[in-house]
Amino acid sequence: MPSAVSRVIRALRWVRWYLRELTDESAYDRYRAHLRARHPGAAVPTRREFERLRAERQRKDPRQGFRCC
Amino acid sequence: MRTANVRTIVVWTLVALVGAAGWSVLALSRGEDVSAAWTVAAALGSYAIAYRFYSRFVANRVLRVDGTRATPAERLDNGIDFHPTDRRVLLGHHFAAIAGAGPLVGPVLAAQMGYLPGTLWIVAGVIFAGAVQDMVVLFFSTRRDGRSLGQMAREEIGPFGGAAALLAAFVIMIVLLGVLALVVVNALAESPWGTFSLAMTVPIALFMGFWLRVLRPGRVVEVSLIGMALLLLALVAGRRVAESSWADAFTLAPSTLVIWLVAYGFVASVLPVWMLLAPRDYLSTFLKIGTIALLALGVVVTLPTLRMPAVTDFATRGDGPVFAGSLFPFVFITIACGALSGFHALISSGTTPKMIQKETQVRMIGYGSMLMESSVAVMALIAASVIDPGLYFAMNAPAGVIGDTVQNASQVVGGWGYTITPEQLAAAARGVEEASLLSRTGGAPTLAVGVSEIFSQVTGDGLRAFWYHFAIMFEALFILTALDAGTRVGRFMLQDMLGNAYRPFKDVSWRPGLVLTSALVTGLWGYFLWVGVHEPLGGINQLFPVFGISNQLLAAVALTVCTTLLVKSGRLKWAWVTGVPLLWDVTVTLTASWQKVFSTDPRVGFFEQRRVYRAAIEEGRVLPPAKSMADMHTVVTNSTVDGVLSAVLALLVVVVVLDAARVCVRHVRRPALSTLSEAPYTESRLVAPAGLVATREEREAERRARDAVGSVPRD
Repeated sequence: MPSAVSRVIRALRWVRWYLRELTDESAYDRYRAHLRARHPGAAVPTRREFERLRAERQRKDPRQGFRCC
Repeated sequence: MRTANVRTIVVWTLVALVGAAGWSVLALSRGEDVSAAWTVAAALGSYAIAYRFYSRFVANRVLRVDGTRATPAERLDNGIDFHPTDRRVLLGHHFAAIAGAGPLVGPVLAAQMGYLPGTLWIVAGVIFAGAVQDMVVLFFSTRRDGRSLGQMAREEIGPFGGAAALLAAFVIMIVLLGVLALVVVNALAESPWGTFSLAMTVPIALFMGFWLRVLRPGRVVEVSLIGMALLLLALVAGRRVAESSWADAFTLAPSTLVIWLVAYGFVASVLPVWMLLAPRDYLSTFLKIGTIALLALGVVVTLPTLRMPAVTDFATRGDGPVFAGSLFPFVFITIACGALSGFHALISSGTTPKMIQKETQVRMIGYGSMLMESSVAVMALIAASVIDPGLYFAMNAPAGVIGDTVQNASQVVGGWGYTITPEQLAAAARGVEEASLLSRTGGAPTLAVGVSEIFSQVTGDGLRAFWYHFAIMFEALFILTALDAGTRVGRFMLQDMLGNAYRPFKDVSWRPGLVLTSALVTGLWGYFLWVGVHEPLGGINQLFPVFGISNQLLAAVALTVCTTLLVKSGRLKWAWVTGVPLLWDVTVTLTASWQKVFSTDPRVGFFEQRRVYRAAIEEGRVLPPAKSMADMHTVVTNSTVDGVLSAVLALLVVVVVLDAARVCVRHVRRPALSTLSEAPYTESRLVAPAGLVATREEREAERRARDAVGSVPRD
């Protein structure tokens, strides 16, 4: 029987997970996991390098992440 | 086949009754006060039924979504732009991408014809046209590795139709940016509080960009929270600034704001993405979702009374001050976003199909988020209808019509049958701490007054001015983001087009090309903005119909691509699902274009307007609302540009539709000649629920899949 406290903690954890996913803060963790699983030999970029890479991709094709009126 | 159980039948009968009760009250009450509760009931009841029954039919019978087929996100997973994303996250993503200023502006302007025509179109339009378009485009793009609408048009219709579609998209982007910028100018002109708080968003975004680039890369949530706090601080400080000696520095005339905005648009679009665009996008997304949630809560908690009549005389007479023309076709182009928006096809065929886990989720993501946007439009319409109709017309009529004193405005608005005293007009402006609310056209200030009216019922009158400026900043912030992002997308299209003539343009990093194309795009929308601000007949009045027509023409392109694909993929029997909305959209839009080009009413037809003003110039007369000969010449130039633009856009779309019809007929006659560029079937190994709430079987399947892999459940 989960107590009220543990339920609140679960809810807060879910909110944190949702916000991280929605803002793509989790992009680096996801990419690292992806590399480890699919290309175990590949060098893993640091977070700083990875975020630069992502900004560079957005600059090259601004249609990525475009928003509507 | 599953048979419905008693509980399901009872629940859905009740939902139907709630919706029907709402519509009955809206339809039957005339001249008496109607609570917004009925609008909410009618809309939500209809959405629920449409989602449960119609979207299910379209997904299962028409599209035949296949849960066993792997999506691009699964097949092409690269951990960056292609990756299977949790459906609830993707719903948020997709909704944040499609909902912007559009659903907030159009319904406010359409309120001049009363709340009923707008509500009917928003709800019926989204159910049968808008949400269907979004879902079908998303489905077909998912089957094509996330191809864009332009690429699909080229591949499935042909190079000619494809090129016309691409050119139409570019022109539409320019008009859109010009009109959105005009909304910002009208909201911020002569308003030091609003201008200061919006100006502060630039240093805040720069700070956030620095944080994310240098201090703590990728920590988006924390920096967004800091940014939001700073934003609220800027908003509170704005009041102080407006009362201080700095006020003059931030009290800007419309022409000055135009120069600032154009300069801003250019600089922002050539700066690196991380500096301004990305951080401000986080800010505006948070603010957008937060404010929409607050507004929904406010409407449901206060359930305000609608003071606007159900249908006004302007609906039939067609001489409304906000925009000219009668109910058909102009309500249907004024309200684009929220009912049917062509722009959504660009999102549904861009980022989202690369992230969707399962084909079965297109119903929830495509249809579901469009229903959510539609409810935003309904709330905007409610907000515009709860304020005094006299104030509404005084705020939305061009200055040339109502003059610039409260006495004059009160008299003119009284002549239309809406009484409001000069004192009441002055008090309304004082209430939100603005110098004047007269001719604050563009929808944003009206919405802000409506929002402040609703929120101050909860928080008390003391915060009314705060809520007004909060709403203004909220709209201006994401319009500014749209200017930056839209300029980049327009530039990208232009670089691609120019690249065919001179190769280096194709390289998006080539500095001279980048600067030149940026300047061209900003110059183009800047031109429309400048024209809109100096238009004697009222910029919104003249330009908003062109914007509405272009948005609906883009929808026609999207629906044409959908219908062609339905026919070519062996779903001819179901082609009406997008074919009928297409027919409606084309009828409405081409009628509107026709009237804008050929109408003999100078208020509606651009060329008639041009003829009348030219004739007057030759006789040396000045026609009101023009005040000088220079004004007269401005009117002639603008109506020529607007008229030619309306005609060109309509022609482009006719070309696309005819070319698509040719392809469809050929396919029906000789199917062997058609090619269908669908990605081949690959079996999916992912397990994920289709709807927002997982069913018991889906949860069971997810658990089994996790156990099979042996991974640890998330929590």
